[in-house]
Amino acid sequence: MDSMPRWADVFLVPFINLCLAFIVSGFVVLAIGENPLDMIYFMIKGSLGSTAGIGYTLYYATNYIFTGLAVAVAFHARLFNIGGEGQAIVSGIGVAVVLLAIDWPHWMLALPFAIIGGGAFGAFWAAIPAYLQAKRGSHIVITTIMFNFIGSALIIYLLNGILKKPDSQNAESSAFGPGAHLPTAHEMLAPLGIEFSKSAPLNFSFILALTCAVLVWVLIWRTRLGYQIRAFGQNESAARYAGISAVKITIYAMLISGALAGMLAINVVMGEQEHLIIGFVEGAGFVGIAVALMGRSHPFGIVLAALLFGMLTQGGFELLWEMPSISKEMVLVIQALIILFTGALNHMVHDPVERLFLRLRKARA
Amino acid sequence: MDSFVQLILTMDMSIRLSVVLLLACLAGLFSERAGIVDIGLEGKMLIAAFFAAVAAYHSGSAWVGVLAGCAASLVFSMIHGLASITYRGNQLISGVAVNFLASGMTVVLGNAWYKRGGQTPTLSGDARFHDITLPFADALAEVPLLGPFYSDLLSGHKPLVYLAFLIVPLSWWVLFRTRFGLRLRAAGENPASVDTAGISVPRIRYQALIITGILCGIAGAYLSTAQAAGFGKEMVAGRGFIALAALIFSKWRPVYAMWACLLFGLLEAISNLYPNINAFGLFTVPVQFTQALPYILTVVILAGFVGKAIPPRASGEPYVKER
Repeated sequence: MDSMPRWADVFLVPFINLCLAFIVSGFVVLAIGENPLDMIYFMIKGSLGSTAGIGYTLYYATNYIFTGLAVAVAFHARLFNIGGEGQAIVSGIGVAVVLLAIDWPHWMLALPFAIIGGGAFGAFWAAIPAYLQAKRGSHIVITTIMFNFIGSALIIYLLNGILKKPDSQNAESSAFGPGAHLPTAHEMLAPLGIEFSKSAPLNFSFILALTCAVLVWVLIWRTRLGYQIRAFGQNESAARYAGISAVKITIYAMLISGALAGMLAINVVMGEQEHLIIGFVEGAGFVGIAVALMGRSHPFGIVLAALLFGMLTQGGFELLWEMPSISKEMVLVIQALIILFTGALNHMVHDPVERLFLRLRKARA
Repeated sequence: MDSFVQLILTMDMSIRLSVVLLLACLAGLFSERAGIVDIGLEGKMLIAAFFAAVAAYHSGSAWVGVLAGCAASLVFSMIHGLASITYRGNQLISGVAVNFLASGMTVVLGNAWYKRGGQTPTLSGDARFHDITLPFADALAEVPLLGPFYSDLLSGHKPLVYLAFLIVPLSWWVLFRTRFGLRLRAAGENPASVDTAGISVPRIRYQALIITGILCGIAGAYLSTAQAAGFGKEMVAGRGFIALAALIFSKWRPVYAMWACLLFGLLEAISNLYPNINAFGLFTVPVQFTQALPYILTVVILAGFVGKAIPPRASGEPYVKER
């Protein structure tokens, strides 16, 4: 079948979609009587203008890489995991349990166990909807939404009960020991003679996120399981005919997806907060959907999209000081429009562009 | 307080709390029956609640608020239609976008206009809905049993409450007793057959989404002009998703939807009135469990362990005309 060149599909169409999203956002800013170009300037300055800004941008990007990869792995199996939020919440519980159980001597020892704890809890929270989808035919989108709410009820219950710090007024756990402290960007870069902001929460988890991106690439395009996931996602009946078990692929893909979403807890709970609180995910699970869509479910694209969304988030917070009439929720509007144009309205741009290319090709022939 | 009065009080609160769920659930019912999955109910209610509060504040009339809420919700419903009907996009992703857009827009506009951290000014007087006293309610109040039941439970609600419960039989009639309803359900079960009969599937689906938009609009307006006195940031608070759960619980039927919403309203009332229930003096049921129960029940129903919930067959799939 005739189609447009690959570069146009992978870069040109998403770029046009992105521009449309920003143009519409610009109109919203104009509507409230502000200059959109000023907003862009302050957002870029706030997110990249200082090492503190960069530190926050990369910290948020770390979260979005994890949740974006989580959505993408499920997407490859044509499963829509909208439950990244809940899986990350429950992983936070797992990470906290591991880090509170033992007085860890060193972070290098604590980290692998925290990863296992968080990953296992997140995978478990994804496994139930996966099992229900594979075995009982209940729609995974609805069940994962329900599990988001059940997960947030669970963490509120635990933080008001057995995980609550005894002498605290707030719903929070005790602080983890000093041996569970992940090195921050400031601590890692100081020996190299690079002066990096002390206040920025960027920590070792960023390296973990990039490693996960590489591992997901290897998994999807270089392993047998990845091949089966893609085959299942592209044509379920053909995959079944080739002897690929639908139950197995659904459950494996969701286990990996849930564990990846859970790595967010390493960055936030272990790396930044150093104790468990309610609401630490802050919608990053949903941003993962936008990131995976923008990045076309490819780890490289996801890292780029996560950086963009990290800039948006940090830049949005910075607007509070520079342009108080624009609230930080402007970022939500931009995110929504990016999801709308790159995800739901993709055909609106894709089809005319494709027709244009085909017409040009015909004219040349 | 004797237990009968307490029962009436709990039931009364359940009715108040179930109205928003019921309207949203019926909204979802029309859209899913026509083949469009709508996880953007939450967002549509939120934007409606915001514009209803704004319009009611400036006009001084709660009914103008309802109209404005419906208009805002309709715009969002048409965005969903454009994405999922005309451009055959992913309906779930479009729904997620609608929810995000509403979360962001309400706070951005609210902050820019009123500078109160996303809140709108407090509504008073006719800008809010007031309770209606049904005829003879005062006279019957002293009659034992019947009195509290009629005067306290049935009487004394906002007009939108009665409207919501009237829409239930109306929805049943439209869906199951009119030609439009038959076509709408056919578009959700087997759109090709509708097409073969020479009827436009996109047209029916857009009509269904108009109904969805209006019902979400009323639901949102109820939140900000009847239940509360103004708009507050994220005031829908997940009710759109509980409505979605009620829709599955009711197996996509209007009358069942009413019972499901009353049940979920009752659970919310219980968690508000009796936070920690002591079961037989043995253990305490935590309030978080009661709050999560609608979601847990939905998962159990979806899993098919108790009854089976089967959605309309073509729901969630864009219809592509054969050539």
